[in-house]
Amino acid sequence: MEERHFNDISYKQFLNEERLMGSRCKECGTLYFPPRPICVNCHSTEMEWAELKGNGRLAGFSSIFVPPAFMAEEGFDRKHPYVVGVVDLEEGVRAVGRIVGVDANRPETIKIGIPVKAEFIHLGEGEQMRTHLAFRPVEGGGS
Amino acid sequence: MKGKRQLGKGVCIVGAGMSKFDMYRDKDSKQLFAEAFKECIDSVDKGMDPRDIQALWLGNFTNDFFIHQGHWGPIISDLLGLPPKPATRTEGACASSTLAVKDAAYAIASGMYDVVLAGGVEEMSKISTEAVSEGLALAGSPYEVYEGFTFPAVFGAIATAYFAKYGATWEDLNYVTVKSHENAKLNPKAQFNMTIRDIMGMRIEKYRKKGQPVPEWRDEFEALRDPRFNPVVAWPMHLFDCCPISDGAACVLLVAEEIAKNFTDNPIYIIGMGQGSGRALHNCPSLTSLEANKYAAKEAYEMAGLTPREIQFAEVHDCFSIAELIHIEDLGFCEEGTAYRFVREGGTRLDGPMPINTSGGLKCKGHPVGATGVAQIVEVWLQLRGEAGPRQIPKRDLHIGASQNLGGTGGTCTFMIFSNEK
Repeated sequence: MEERHFNDISYKQFLNEERLMGSRCKECGTLYFPPRPICVNCHSTEMEWAELKGNGRLAGFSSIFVPPAFMAEEGFDRKHPYVVGVVDLEEGVRAVGRIVGVDANRPETIKIGIPVKAEFIHLGEGEQMRTHLAFRPVEGGGS
Repeated sequence: MKGKRQLGKGVCIVGAGMSKFDMYRDKDSKQLFAEAFKECIDSVDKGMDPRDIQALWLGNFTNDFFIHQGHWGPIISDLLGLPPKPATRTEGACASSTLAVKDAAYAIASGMYDVVLAGGVEEMSKISTEAVSEGLALAGSPYEVYEGFTFPAVFGAIATAYFAKYGATWEDLNYVTVKSHENAKLNPKAQFNMTIRDIMGMRIEKYRKKGQPVPEWRDEFEALRDPRFNPVVAWPMHLFDCCPISDGAACVLLVAEEIAKNFTDNPIYIIGMGQGSGRALHNCPSLTSLEANKYAAKEAYEMAGLTPREIQFAEVHDCFSIAELIHIEDLGFCEEGTAYRFVREGGTRLDGPMPINTSGGLKCKGHPVGATGVAQIVEVWLQLRGEAGPRQIPKRDLHIGASQNLGGTGGTCTFMIFSNEK
């Protein structure tokens, strides 16, 4: 695993493996998610992989009623909207992903700050498999 | 008082023009640029020979995608009879043409050229809405686009964060929309050259003709709350929170300050220029402010030796209603978290203390992305010369105006300050 490059190709491979991987600078310890090849704090290129737990809080979201073509292919449309969001992870970095387990047709019921947990949505198979990062509200999580 | 950052030589605008923005079946990029160019040359008070133009800078985001034709510098140069003089294309997504103006100004300030044309063009309406969205998404962050974010969704997410942080509501955004339409009604170049009440009237007429139930909207705000009139695109962004798909072109003639009086007795001086770059949403320090905006503003204010209080009006990049609030806070016209109240109180109206988007903004004037930055400057030019007609800002002693242009989701931001005085 440690042999992989600190880039988006590796990031997506890890998503396929249901792992949320960022990079940490060996020099100054700064954590990056998704991974970066250069530390933008100290400009070291000595990185190591760091796995994130996937726990966070919803920082912003949108319920999309007019989807792009590739989401329409998944069956989303005006009557079947989907939610995307920005999540503040407990490790102090942010992630973007789909937000599942919420009522996309009633976005006014979705609250900023609710605790969420990462999930992985696999599409396609074998070499064609791609994985989307999703977050689901934690049952009884409160805010 | 001038600030520390300075151009090596002063640069002025002595001519400006734009096509009407619209969705055209019968007009292409070259036609639209030709219209903008004619208006620009005609606007030069003492006249000018287009053969005196020494170089062209042209902003275009992605006609490559929209109409499968790239390399627009020489195409527009050829259109105007400029070859073999240099033509350079700039790309900064929806901020592409402000970059053209900036680079043209640097070219003059360097001493290399004295007379330069800077413009922008985009032709978006010949393909389907879905395809346009896909084209615009090329300027998004790879992570966001991959997870299904659209442009309205990015600004929707920003809006939810803004609402939660400051207690604002979607209804507050409606004041931005109503104001933009009121201004656009006074702008014949605007794609939606009508108020929301005008559109309500048209809808009512349509329902009546079809024998369908006629809605009883008491005012604009009630119509905007009706999903039949104003459906959700990417909640909380509704249709009337979003700018349209447009075709159009705009250009300005820039000259060295020392020869400006050969062209006009009323040049517009570029007194501040700033540009910043930003990061994807998940890497931004804040969801309710754009660091590229703040950096661009800082550069421009430093160059001009001015503070936000001295800016008298501005065109800002209202690709979505929430963006207008974010910009006027980032540029320092309002304290953070207060723009929604300022807008609600009428502060940004044509007759308010800080008129914003007197042209109708991207929302109503239209947003042919590569032309937008220069079109904003065309509006500032008209206002500072007192030539904005029925939408002329009533404020007396109008001397300093600004334009703010945004590319992508804040990856490129520019801020330009202009004056009709040296």
